[in-house]
Amino acid sequence: MASDSYADWSSQDAVVCRGVGKTWAEGTARAHEALRGIDLDVAPGEFVVLLGPSGCGKSTLLYLIAGLERQTSGRIWAFRDPVEGPSPDRSLIFQETSLFPWLTVWQNVSFGLSIKGAPEAERRAVAREALARVGLSEAMDKRPDELSGGMRQRVAVARALAMRPKVLLMDEPFAALDVQTRAKMQDFLLDVWRDSGASVLFVTHHIDEAVALADRVVIFTARPGRIKSIIPVTLPRPRDPFAPESEALRRLLTEELRSEVDRAFAEQEALAAG
Amino acid sequence: MRSTMASMAALPRPATLLASLGLSPGLRRSLARFGWAALSVGLFAGIWELLWAIGWADPKLLPPPHIFLGNIPDQARYFNTATRWQIGVNPADGPSPYEAVAMTIGATGLRVMVGLLIAATLSIAIGVLIRYFGLFEKLVLPTITLLSPVSPIAWLPVAIFIFGIGNAPAIFMVVIALFFHMVLSTISQIDNVSRAFINVARTMGASKRQIYARVIVPAILPQLLIVLRLNLFGAWMVVLVAESTGVGFGLGQVIMMARNTFNPSLVFFTIALIGLLGFLSDWLLRLVQKRVLYWVPETAGVLRGL
Ligand SMILES: Nc1ncnc2c1ncn2[C@@H]1O[C@H](COP(=O)(O)OP(=O)(O)O)[C@@H](O)[C@H]1O
Ligand SMILES: [Mg+2]
Repeated sequence: MASDSYADWSSQDAVVCRGVGKTWAEGTARAHEALRGIDLDVAPGEFVVLLGPSGCGKSTLLYLIAGLERQTSGRIWAFRDPVEGPSPDRSLIFQETSLFPWLTVWQNVSFGLSIKGAPEAERRAVAREALARVGLSEAMDKRPDELSGGMRQRVAVARALAMRPKVLLMDEPFAALDVQTRAKMQDFLLDVWRDSGASVLFVTHHIDEAVALADRVVIFTARPGRIKSIIPVTLPRPRDPFAPESEALRRLLTEELRSEVDRAFAEQEALAAG
Repeated sequence: MRSTMASMAALPRPATLLASLGLSPGLRRSLARFGWAALSVGLFAGIWELLWAIGWADPKLLPPPHIFLGNIPDQARYFNTATRWQIGVNPADGPSPYEAVAMTIGATGLRVMVGLLIAATLSIAIGVLIRYFGLFEKLVLPTITLLSPVSPIAWLPVAIFIFGIGNAPAIFMVVIALFFHMVLSTISQIDNVSRAFINVARTMGASKRQIYARVIVPAILPQLLIVLRLNLFGAWMVVLVAESTGVGFGLGQVIMMARNTFNPSLVFFTIALIGLLGFLSDWLLRLVQKRVLYWVPETAGVLRGL
């Protein structure tokens, strides 16, 4: 893919990927290609869901956009600036709990501010506000291990919000939660997203989650991950998961994914056999 | 003998016994634990006494507890704290036997604790520096890896060459016995810190120094304190070896003297003391661990439930 011809990119988009590829351990015997030729634009305030079989490189793409890893080909911009490293503008929320167990909830939420050396009064105020936005004001002084899994992920969201990011990158954040909690968390996330005005890139392998959340669904192929199709979702919010339109969308996404999941399986079996 | 059996009969069900007294669950649990410890020791001592009673354990070689614990003032006489035999010092002066025992215990315990403290500080610092500065790692790590399998006993002559006699060589031995393992353990703990923790700090703009100070060090502390506790008993072992070579007074010196004067009673008496001290210091370190690592959940309960 062409890459340098985009050097003078001038889109206002929140995230722009052009010809992005990632080969892990490139140049060694263990090299393997996780992503190839990703072209993706995310508008400011847009909610994009990345859907694909596991191992297809969805997490890898988020890491690249977050600036935590370097792509091996192609280019990435965020609001016109090339992504060259991590930035508080782009917050990543992980699947597993990533709260520091040795800090209280409010200290976790204001960790980014303490890095900048902000005074305690300011840190407390910001933490209080961010926690209020996720409905956890009363948990300020608790420790992470006193919270349920869903509450912990809400604190993680509050911690990301405290940085006032323009892009929220979420890597299967609710995958470890039970179905009821996950549904509540989705509603809650939509509220937070609407208030914050940030763009969201949300990774999942749950089709229901994509149906509930997305402005657009990006479907990945099996490894190496490429974009198979991008499906815009025009259903109004709040969405009824049992409406015929939701059913139709669910069926479409299932069809799109099925062949890729089959391929991923076949590949894994071949790997195991060989 | 008879008294041991009697106390055994009274102890068997401490938990149910205590439950009926209406004590708080926490207190009840620690009392029960203490009861079981007493029962365990009592059982061991009882078997020993039994072997003595039927004539299988020669009291000259394996004097049972009632003999070596029977006459503590007599045993305490041997805990000489140095100066009494010096010229110009009246042997009747100086500390009383009990004071001498306390001083001996204090001296050995202090060497263990100081050695532990120095070893922990030094090895965490070196371990962190090794991961922080690539050049430092290249220069230092190979030597540390090469030296770590060397038995601390091999360092004993070095301790004496460098430090002569007194506290310093014994403390040096404790430090040496723990240092290499703890450096390597620190490094492997650093490598095992959750990527997610580090990435969270990175996305929030933390510098390398901040990541080390605020994420890596707190993240590795729990495991390191466990390593320290595991090494506590190792520290007690080497300190005895160091003291047995004439570094002045100490429990190791008493054991060595007991060996040279063929005094099995004194040996067992000292062993009992050391066991008690090791147990107490482990308990102390566990208290420290609970205070410092307030965030680490206790897992023992889960295992007990199995
Ligand atoms: N840090 C890494 N080093 C080497 N390989 C990696 C790393 N992270 C992911 N991979 C590999 O990249 C591929 C895609 O992984 P990932 O992005 O986690 O997929 P997904 O999130 O879609 O399940 C997998 O084959 C995985 O083994
Ligand atoms: Mg993933």
